[in-house]
Amino acid sequence: MFSSLYPFYMVFRVKMFLNIRNGLSVATNSSKVIRQLCTKAAAFENVTNNKQSNESSKNNVVDYRHIYPEFLPDPKPEFRNVLREKLERSDMIARRTQIQIPEFYVGSILAVTSSDKHTPGKNNRFVGICIDREGCGLRATFILRNVIEQQGVEVKFELYDPTLHKIEVLRLEKRLDDKLFYLRDALPQYSTFDPNMEPELLPGGSTVPVNNLKVKLKPKPWLERWERQNLQGVEDLGLPEKFYIRAKELEKPWEKYDLMKDYMKTIPEEEQTEIFSEVQSHLHKLEVTRKQMKRKRVFVKPSKLA
Amino acid sequence: MLTNRFLNLQKTVSLAKNYLHTSGERYEIQKLTRLRVVDNSEIGKQAMAEGKPPRCIHVYNKTGVGRIGDKVLVAIKGEKKKGILVGLKQNQKTKVPKFDSNNLVLIDDNGTPMGTRIHVPIPTILRTILKEKTQAKGADYTKILAIASKFV
Repeated sequence: MFSSLYPFYMVFRVKMFLNIRNGLSVATNSSKVIRQLCTKAAAFENVTNNKQSNESSKNNVVDYRHIYPEFLPDPKPEFRNVLREKLERSDMIARRTQIQIPEFYVGSILAVTSSDKHTPGKNNRFVGICIDREGCGLRATFILRNVIEQQGVEVKFELYDPTLHKIEVLRLEKRLDDKLFYLRDALPQYSTFDPNMEPELLPGGSTVPVNNLKVKLKPKPWLERWERQNLQGVEDLGLPEKFYIRAKELEKPWEKYDLMKDYMKTIPEEEQTEIFSEVQSHLHKLEVTRKQMKRKRVFVKPSKLA
Repeated sequence: MLTNRFLNLQKTVSLAKNYLHTSGERYEIQKLTRLRVVDNSEIGKQAMAEGKPPRCIHVYNKTGVGRIGDKVLVAIKGEKKKGILVGLKQNQKTKVPKFDSNNLVLIDDNGTPMGTRIHVPIPTILRTILKEKTQAKGADYTKILAIASKFV
């Protein structure tokens, strides 16, 4: 009896677990009920725990994993080491007290000022669109791309590199894809940005806008087979029919239902809450000081006229 | 009829040559890699305008793979010339720029550039690399830095 029900039971458990992990709004009805039950049980266990504050901190965590993705460790079990992760987080906080590392996403336009050992006494400023962001902890990196004098240039920076002086976000926005490597094969106008661009300010409290720009690619040959990657931010590729047929054959539409794959790729929500509650107070303090500094900088003393 | 077919065959062979990559995804500079001349030397400009970019026929290091700042021997318009690699497609270390093309600046045996201007940005790491490669009484490669228009 039990053995015949066992697979159902497992699927049920994994589903329940994943819903708790992701904290997404796609929860099915049944799992919602389970979730409520879970929270109720937790409330019974710990009566003194204030439920309201718990909820709000959970919402914060959901935001934090997008704003500070590098605080979450690599989910690969062979790369995990709780002590190293903890030490790295404290180092990251220490670095963040020295330099303001803003919130940015793939598709945002950044300016990075860094000191260069090859040109002593001078700072190097590079402006470009962020086409990739990867790595966890102190190894977090991002790639900026720009076209300077009709030549495409890309520079990879480490987020916690001590030689960086300043990271500015000139335009905070997202694109339709997670990685913008296709800009290498796009017309140069799509990755050309003025190095003297002024930062564009978003009104406070607004959500990060998504740029729905569709990029036009150059004709083949390309660096990758873009037609097989289900890209959203690319105009119609204009290829012969056989390419699309082959892409269709190689498609893996079942992967989004693969719960185990999802499980292996993400950090559980409980762990995320633990990590972010550890660094939350520091991050909040940094945010407050940053706002104060900003206010201070805005005030300009009127100069005396002679 | 026969000549027509022969011509077609020739066309396909030449097309295949254009699209044949000697080193796939790693974009290593090795023998027979096509390069792009980025200075305004007469021979370089002509070669690029004709659509016959120079080919690397030797890399002057011990690995045979050209890295940034390495000296290469190229075949350009039926002549043998030396050049310095000033920008690569290959993935670089952090803070070292990666370019969309493999850029070359032609030099003569003393390290004097054949052009008077480089019209693309060049990486600042070349300042260190070329200084290290320059030896007393040998070729002076740092003259390239003087004709650069922009550093990244």
